[in-house]
Amino acid sequence: MDVLLAEVVAKYNYWLYVVLMMIGFYAMIGKRNLVKKLLGMNIFQTAIILLFVSSGVKRGGGIPILDKYEVLAHGVDVATVVNPLPHVLMLTAIVVSVSVTGVALAILQRIYREYGTLEEDEILEKLGR
Amino acid sequence: MTLANLHMYVLAVPLLTALAVNLLGRRSRTWIAPLTLGALSFSTVAAALVLVRVLREGTLHYTVGNWSPPYGIELVIDPLGALMLLLVAAAALLATCGALPSVALELPGREHLFFTLYLILIVGLMGLVITGDAFNLYVLLEITSITTYGLIAMGKGRAPLASFNYIIMGSIGACFYLLGVGYLYILTGTLNMADISAILPTLPGTVAAATAFAFLLVGLWIKMAFFPLHGWLPNAYSLAPTGAGLLIAPLMTKVTIYLMIRVLYSIIHPNWALLAESGVQSALVWAAALGIVCASALALSQRDLKRMLTYLIVAEVGYMVGGVFLANETGLTGAILHIVNDALMTLCLFLAAAAIVYRTGSLEFDSLRGLYRRMPVTLAAFTLAAFSMIGVPPTAGFFSKWYLLLGGIEAGQWGYVGALLFSSLVNAVLFFRIIEIAYFRNSPDDDHRPLPVSEAPAMLVGPLVLSAVALLVLGLGAGGLVDSVILPAIAALL
Repeated sequence: MDVLLAEVVAKYNYWLYVVLMMIGFYAMIGKRNLVKKLLGMNIFQTAIILLFVSSGVKRGGGIPILDKYEVLAHGVDVATVVNPLPHVLMLTAIVVSVSVTGVALAILQRIYREYGTLEEDEILEKLGR
Repeated sequence: MTLANLHMYVLAVPLLTALAVNLLGRRSRTWIAPLTLGALSFSTVAAALVLVRVLREGTLHYTVGNWSPPYGIELVIDPLGALMLLLVAAAALLATCGALPSVALELPGREHLFFTLYLILIVGLMGLVITGDAFNLYVLLEITSITTYGLIAMGKGRAPLASFNYIIMGSIGACFYLLGVGYLYILTGTLNMADISAILPTLPGTVAAATAFAFLLVGLWIKMAFFPLHGWLPNAYSLAPTGAGLLIAPLMTKVTIYLMIRVLYSIIHPNWALLAESGVQSALVWAAALGIVCASALALSQRDLKRMLTYLIVAEVGYMVGGVFLANETGLTGAILHIVNDALMTLCLFLAAAAIVYRTGSLEFDSLRGLYRRMPVTLAAFTLAAFSMIGVPPTAGFFSKWYLLLGGIEAGQWGYVGALLFSSLVNAVLFFRIIEIAYFRNSPDDDHRPLPVSEAPAMLVGPLVLSAVALLVLGLGAGGLVDSVILPAIAALL
């Protein structure tokens, strides 16, 4: 038990991402409301963003903005700055997830206009008739 | 315009045209057809030149923004990529010819919006084919997906609902792919495919690498609708506007299969032994065989031509995934040849369906009765594509199926061989049922007078006939294609 606890505490960011991802996954699969499904998808994507961002962090690392002359004179000690690349990648991933959400919301609006509801059960009922 | 960067113009011209179509098409519809067709003709010709050049000079590399790899994004055009580039451009050109009249009929007043998305989708597909960067691949995958969501949602009735379903499934797929990339990045510290595959074998963490591969593959399988993950496809593809289906159905799944080949051979390649030893590889061939059988059986129960075709797409995905995971050269040759053939067969069948819908408005089997009198050319082309789907020589479908069968026998995967034969049989049943309905059953209001021939407009029938002829030409030239393009492409992969 202690071993497991130590394992969880040492890598808590990865455990957090797994838990968040499962919450999002459950919402996508289990919820019957289409907006809740969409929000589940957002949580799912955010979990992955968290994984990427946490992979760049270093203990004792500062922001990767440096004095140019200092660096030219002495070079960079990479242990003192976090890795900026995952953060930059995630900017793109956030943009992607925002656009998917936007498209999905527009489509939900069309669904609402057509069926007058966003509950999956009620829509299926209306389709069955 | 310098010829050295011709491969970039293949992408740039349709992308800029997308902008022009939106701006000018809003003013006047007459701009749309010449702009889109012009841009795609240019891309097709340029892609053909790029293929010739790649075969002569070897793989082309392009460093975006002059940031040299592994720091910058690298575009790599190897022979396989060049072949796919030409396939995407040519199929898109034919599909666009067919889409123009059917969009004018189904979405009047919204053509400029439709074709803007359409062109961006084509550019996204072309980008996917040539990118050499794992994260860039994710972004392009989402570009193609987002445009596809929009195109599908433009359909009538249940289409928005199908599109929403596709968004949920497609996002799960893309997120899994992104997760896999994340694992690989944490392991290797790089996103360049060539770099990852060079660094991976030197690392001890095989479990983490295996997890990454699992995520990458599952993500792509959802996107390509590999059998148990296919749930979103039939609704999305059959409810999309006819014009959108013309482009999406032949190309989306095929390009994703190309991506799987890319991931397997450009990233995982040094770790193949991992997959083979653990029995994963042969299990996947069995999964593909099961997928072929189930999807074919589901296709049998459909009463609508387009829905039946969508289930056949799912079965064909099984063919190609199985062929790739046979892991011998014959199987891989078959899979690549089948990507080309299946894109053209599906294009031809969907064009025929679009022509029938244009004239009769329905694709229910009952409404096809006696159709050959009214649309002889359309049905002749449809029959040819059907023969190719079944695998009757000398049409193209026969040769790729032959390679896949030989590969299956070579690998000793009898389940897969059996599934291929079973699926060919089912295809024969399916298509002969339609041929029988269309040729030998009379329509209910028939009084034996000769009906006037009323084909769809030439813009639809032209590409249909062209794609049907291409199936014959590809079939007769299959040996040449394999020798001159596919074998060098495989040599470059291995």
